Amino acid sequence: MPALPLGDAGRYVAMAYVVLLALLALYIGIMARKVARAERRMSELDELLRQREP
Amino acid sequence: MRRISLPALTGAALLVAYGMVFFYAPIEEDQGFVQKIFYLHVPLAIVTLCGFIAGALMAGMYLRSGNREWDARSYVALHVSLILGVGGLITGSIWAKASWGHWWVWQEPTLVSYLIILLLFCCYQPLRFAIEDPERQARYAAVFALTGGAFIPVNFIAVRMAAAYTHPRVFQVTGAQLPLSMGVTFVAALAAIALLFVTMFRFELRAKAMRRRLHALERLVSAQLDEIPAPPRHGPPARVGDGAAGVSRPAAPVPVRSL
Repeated sequence: MPALPLGDAGRYVAMAYVVLLALLALYIGIMARKVARAERRMSELDELLRQREP
Repeated sequence: MRRISLPALTGAALLVAYGMVFFYAPIEEDQGFVQKIFYLHVPLAIVTLCGFIAGALMAGMYLRSGNREWDARSYVALHVSLILGVGGLITGSIWAKASWGHWWVWQEPTLVSYLIILLLFCCYQPLRFAIEDPERQARYAAVFALTGGAFIPVNFIAVRMAAAYTHPRVFQVTGAQLPLSMGVTFVAALAAIALLFVTMFRFELRAKAMRRRLHALERLVSAQLDEIPAPPRHGPPARVGDGAAGVSRPAAPVPVRSL
């Protein structure tokens, strides 16, 4: 197993991988918020229809 | 036999690929540990450019068939490509700083051409949502995507033909300039990033389809309620949950986002 050098190179490599993780986390967060909002509206509609039923 | 879900497969592929990057692929003699960025930056760039071409082809399918599903697919492919493209640009910039001592080199044709392509597709969304009529919006966006997609291979050839470059050329006509262990790791990383693209593409496409169905349902419910007439066909969805009848129409018409 190669030893991981902890110099300047390690800092740049970590930065590159963290950037991609952060980008993905941001994307997942935004999409999850949109899906949650749609689900909330769906349950509101469901509730509304339930109230209208005789 | 139980089927493996795509997100699980993608997660596993990413773990294996980047496990190989750090624990299997040797450290490159010339660049040292910084070369590990290569396994992230290059697959991101390749998948981004392929995604743009795929989006362009889907736009072509829309123009040919008139099926709005192709328009939605094209939009999502370009959107996901743009996100991965930004990742590719930033990781490339970090590599350039570590390797060349500069975050950006304007004389380098590969960098500048990649930036031009990215900026070109950054214009796709503003152009798209500046048009109100959904049919025209989809048609103009498809023409834009097709033109942008056609630009990518031309750009690629032009950059390859450029005489002076400092960007490393790993894949050449004679083959990959990599030892086997590095080559296998690179292919694993490329496959993992491609799977990530497909997962994001499918997830976003499903989310969009769900929102479209929800808007249709809202219009239906709103039309069924006696107090409030149905909103216009392409108008914004009625807000649910407030007002005396439980549904209220927006006060003023808002520009349409058809997707």
